[in-house]
Amino acid sequence: VENVRLLDRLSSRKAVLGTLYLTATHVIFVENGSETRKETWVLHSQISSIEKQATTATGCPLLIRCKNFQVIQLVIPQERDCHDVYISLIRLARPVKYEELYCFSFNPKLDKEEREQGWKLVDLNEEYNRMGVPNNYWQICDVNRDYGVCDSYPTEVYVPKSATAHIIVGSSKFRSRRRFPALSYYCKDNNASICRSSQPLSGFSARCLEDEQMLQAIRKANPGSDFIYVVDTRPKLNAMANRAAGKGYENEDNYSNIKFQFIGIENIHVMRNSLQKMLEVCELKSPSMSDFLWGLENSGWLKHIKAIMDAGIFIAKAVAEEGVSVLVHCSDGWDRTAQVCSVASLLLDPYYRTMKGFMVLIEKDWVSFGHKFNHRYGNLDGDPKEISPVIDQFIECVWQLMEQFPCAFEFNERFLIHIQHHIYSCQFGNFLCNSQKERRELKIQERTYSLWAHLWKNRADYLNPLYRSDHSQNQGTLHPQIAPCNFLYKFWSGMYNRFEKGLHPRQSVTDYLMAVKEETQQLEEELEVLGERLANLQKSQLGDNKVQSKQQDRSKQLRLSTSNNSLANTPQEYSNDLKSFPSRSPSQGDEEDSALILTQDNLKSSDPDLSANSDQESGVEDLSCRSPSGGGCLPSEDSGKDSDEAVFLAG
Amino acid sequence: MEFAELIKTPRADNVVLHRPFHAAVEGTLCLTGHHLIFSSRRHDNAEELWLLHSNIDSCEKRFVGSLGTIVIKCKDLRIIQLDIPGMEECLNIASSIEVLSTLDSVTLLYPFFYRPMFEVLEDGWRSFLPDQEFELLSSATDEWRLSCINKEFSVCPSYPPVVIVPKCITDEELRKVAMFRHGSRFPVLSYYHRKNGMIMMRSSQPLTGTNGRRCKEDEKLINASLRPGKRGYIIDTRSLNVAQQARAKGGGFEQEVHYPQWRRIHKGIERFNILQESLIKLVEACNDQSHNMDRWLSKLEASNWLTHVKEILTTACLAAQCIDREGASVLVHGTEGTDSTLQVTSLAQIILDPRCRTIHGFESLVVREWLQAGHPFQQRCAQSAYSNSKQKWEAPVFLLFLDCVWQILRQFPCSFEFNEQFLIMLFEHAYASQFGTFLGNNESERAKLKLPQKTMSLWSWVNRKEELSKFQNPIYEANSLVIWPAVAPQSLQLWAGVFLRWNRPSQYLEEAQEEMVKIIKYNKELQDKVKVLRRHLAEMEAAERAQGNL
Repeated sequence: VENVRLLDRLSSRKAVLGTLYLTATHVIFVENGSETRKETWVLHSQISSIEKQATTATGCPLLIRCKNFQVIQLVIPQERDCHDVYISLIRLARPVKYEELYCFSFNPKLDKEEREQGWKLVDLNEEYNRMGVPNNYWQICDVNRDYGVCDSYPTEVYVPKSATAHIIVGSSKFRSRRRFPALSYYCKDNNASICRSSQPLSGFSARCLEDEQMLQAIRKANPGSDFIYVVDTRPKLNAMANRAAGKGYENEDNYSNIKFQFIGIENIHVMRNSLQKMLEVCELKSPSMSDFLWGLENSGWLKHIKAIMDAGIFIAKAVAEEGVSVLVHCSDGWDRTAQVCSVASLLLDPYYRTMKGFMVLIEKDWVSFGHKFNHRYGNLDGDPKEISPVIDQFIECVWQLMEQFPCAFEFNERFLIHIQHHIYSCQFGNFLCNSQKERRELKIQERTYSLWAHLWKNRADYLNPLYRSDHSQNQGTLHPQIAPCNFLYKFWSGMYNRFEKGLHPRQSVTDYLMAVKEETQQLEEELEVLGERLANLQKSQLGDNKVQSKQQDRSKQLRLSTSNNSLANTPQEYSNDLKSFPSRSPSQGDEEDSALILTQDNLKSSDPDLSANSDQESGVEDLSCRSPSGGGCLPSEDSGKDSDEAVFLAG
Repeated sequence: MEFAELIKTPRADNVVLHRPFHAAVEGTLCLTGHHLIFSSRRHDNAEELWLLHSNIDSCEKRFVGSLGTIVIKCKDLRIIQLDIPGMEECLNIASSIEVLSTLDSVTLLYPFFYRPMFEVLEDGWRSFLPDQEFELLSSATDEWRLSCINKEFSVCPSYPPVVIVPKCITDEELRKVAMFRHGSRFPVLSYYHRKNGMIMMRSSQPLTGTNGRRCKEDEKLINASLRPGKRGYIIDTRSLNVAQQARAKGGGFEQEVHYPQWRRIHKGIERFNILQESLIKLVEACNDQSHNMDRWLSKLEASNWLTHVKEILTTACLAAQCIDREGASVLVHGTEGTDSTLQVTSLAQIILDPRCRTIHGFESLVVREWLQAGHPFQQRCAQSAYSNSKQKWEAPVFLLFLDCVWQILRQFPCSFEFNEQFLIMLFEHAYASQFGTFLGNNESERAKLKLPQKTMSLWSWVNRKEELSKFQNPIYEANSLVIWPAVAPQSLQLWAGVFLRWNRPSQYLEEAQEEMVKIIKYNKELQDKVKVLRRHLAEMEAAERAQGNL
């Protein structure tokens, strides 16, 4: 469709004219006119909603909201075209079969071996061995080998050695969806563990001997402690309501040596609405500070984040300081339980704060234990009531921790944002389906590629320059502050206003320091080369040898360009009352847009929204053209000198 | 008056000091004329706390039996608690603190008694003279002159002795303009934008009154700043409503009929007690350690602090935009032209002028646009967030300015030579200091108090190498461009470094800073090494070639 206008949400004057294309996998908008022909690519799987608004004099507006929080506003001149686009997108954005998803057609030009290597990057067996199991207390149980006991669990789960197959099967029958207690994290220093399950089918009075024995077994696997905590992550009211349906929570009288604890995290429906409300706040056109803060509070989002964090902190404290094992569950044990177990693990074990460890953590607590990615993130057309930002909340918890402990994480904010992006993108197979069983049936590993390998390959982009593995912050447990004013009051604009670069800090400390570190490395290398040459020269002079060592090594020139990827600096709309401000230069709009293009060019080339571009331009498969690390691309001195709206350079 | 008379109990033993995030310490408390000194008795790790009496904002006492407790709340927002055994001692100490922290006479304050322990290399009182500033200006344009009309502070008591005005305006005309402006603050040059020759002036409101008085000389003066055929903008920091109301009291604003080449824009920046109440509410919210998320956000919202930050920043950006983008001259004023006006003109300069983002340039900006421009520091900073006095003239105007600078710094972390600590230091010294820099309300008062002769300047201390290193931003790279900050609510944050400074453990953030410095330092070391080696190599190779040529 031609002559489509792409509107800028923040400013009505910055609309650009271009052509809209629909392909099998993407919506593409190509700008007219400008030399670079800026393109906007959106994967169909990222589309969360499409809204056709009332036709106006200028055309028919179409609003596309994406799961990675991008909002695109188009105006299509012809009503009929608009309707066609609308109908097509509705169909394309809601695939009904897995095979329609992008990952089955996405081909990053890797051979079979590389693909297999990619999937092997994260190995959970290795991870359990790292934790220190199997050992005298814990072993792999094989009752679920063919998903015979629980079809949402992995085939290999760790249980206490004293739990016999009979106990496990008995316990599983007493738990929602047969999700029996299994090991999530084991602390080898003090034998304390975090186990996870679903709620017991206790109703008002039911008991199950095997389930009681199972909890006993967990306690016995930690000889240093004479009780375990059972943490129900639901609000008490919800748990009590479940009793009426024959489900519920553990009765302390029936289980010996447990301490039962509620931690009120709300259910997926509350969370979905909360995010919805917060996004409405983000979408407000020039909100006042009060509108924004009031809306943020009203959405309850940060309150929910805090509830998850509090639960994680409670468990981490029990394990690390009290040496007590914890059994965590919610209703089905695949949403809140996953959030809480992974936050606790992250606080407890510095390994999970490394890049590799974080991948392992998501693979362990989310992917393998049957977090329903397909339902929660709406990969296939399904029940909208199943959709909820469960893992988004976990990712935000990690970000909040990064803000509080700047040296404790090996990875940076970009890493989190890209993981979030790909949970929805369906470009890689990792997060397809609802369980390991489904993924195996679909032969995901043979037909798609692994995100982890992709991220690992570009890891230079995701490093936190302040991280040092020997730093004091990386010895043992993190103890975050919990008062809201100390912590967690922060709105994550990098995520929820991700595509509105104008709102973000214009210079990135992370990128700057990465560039410096890269330069430092080059300096180290050059130092070595120079030292060698000097030594050679001295030798040759001593030997009165007149071999001239030409200055050939100048390719190793110092790159003193520690330029950061600063975004273009253009003024925003500082006056709402534009009528009182009439003499704006007419060219301003253009200038700003050209600035934006330069900006985009200067962005890390592996930013997913852009990487999608480069993939497409060269035919869906070019992954290799990505520069391994950023900080290098800076405009020449001149281009910066005469126009500050271009790019502003620090070189 | 002797301080000794005010101090009935100069020393108390077995006092316990409580601070957030620190274990309680037992030690000895001493009171001197200007300080409260606490020192722990432990020999291995003796800890000392020195607190200026003038830093104390409020002091509360309560008793449990004979154990007295004094809670001291400081202007830098810190709160400490002292448990003092003995009712009499406690009462004495509390009453001494009360008197000593609210001394009426400026000349009794510590700066008049302070003797520096460091060698003074450069007299800060003479570091930023208007002549130097003018010299810089005249290298770029000759349309302005230095006027000594205010030499004896006879024309405008809140202006410095010399000001920069258009060359074509005589002193006689200036006198007439002064009669037409509130507090005689006639329009003077605030900033010259070298890039396009546009200028920013500031003044107070014109005294048009209800019958629309006009003043030809005033019109001539501000028109003199316009380029032929160009228009200018008058940014009134009050809302139109407030500006209209001001007419009833003899004030007002420039009417289009009389200033046809100027376009007026009104922005509503708050002043006085509204700001002070906002600060009090904000600090109260920050000190509330209850663990409830909703309460925190609604209290933050109710304080309106960030709303003020947003409004000030937006207005400053607008002024900068008019100058840089529209190529127009700008006149900024509110009512008196001593508060919101200065916030706007100084922030606009930080946005426009790279020089103001250096340490020396920023100091110069504070001197020019705040101290010499007559911001009444002594009145505005008399009390901070904990005081109950609620005087009309108290307002955190300067703190809001620093907060806005911090917001820009956060968005452009590589473009400032100074760091957050530098801003926090200025905040502290504006409210309580051993230096005379922020005493008095204007240059006239400072001259009368003979501050340059009798006290030490803050700049003499700061601009020494040892001190400067604490305030340098390790990742600074001079950025010669205009920097446009984002002003959306999502882009502004609470300044934790000031408002949560005493309520959060800073260890992890400090470690991050150290790590950053380490990375940069190591890089610099390597660069130097490589340079030396390269030169060495080049010399050797040259020598060899020379030998080869023989």
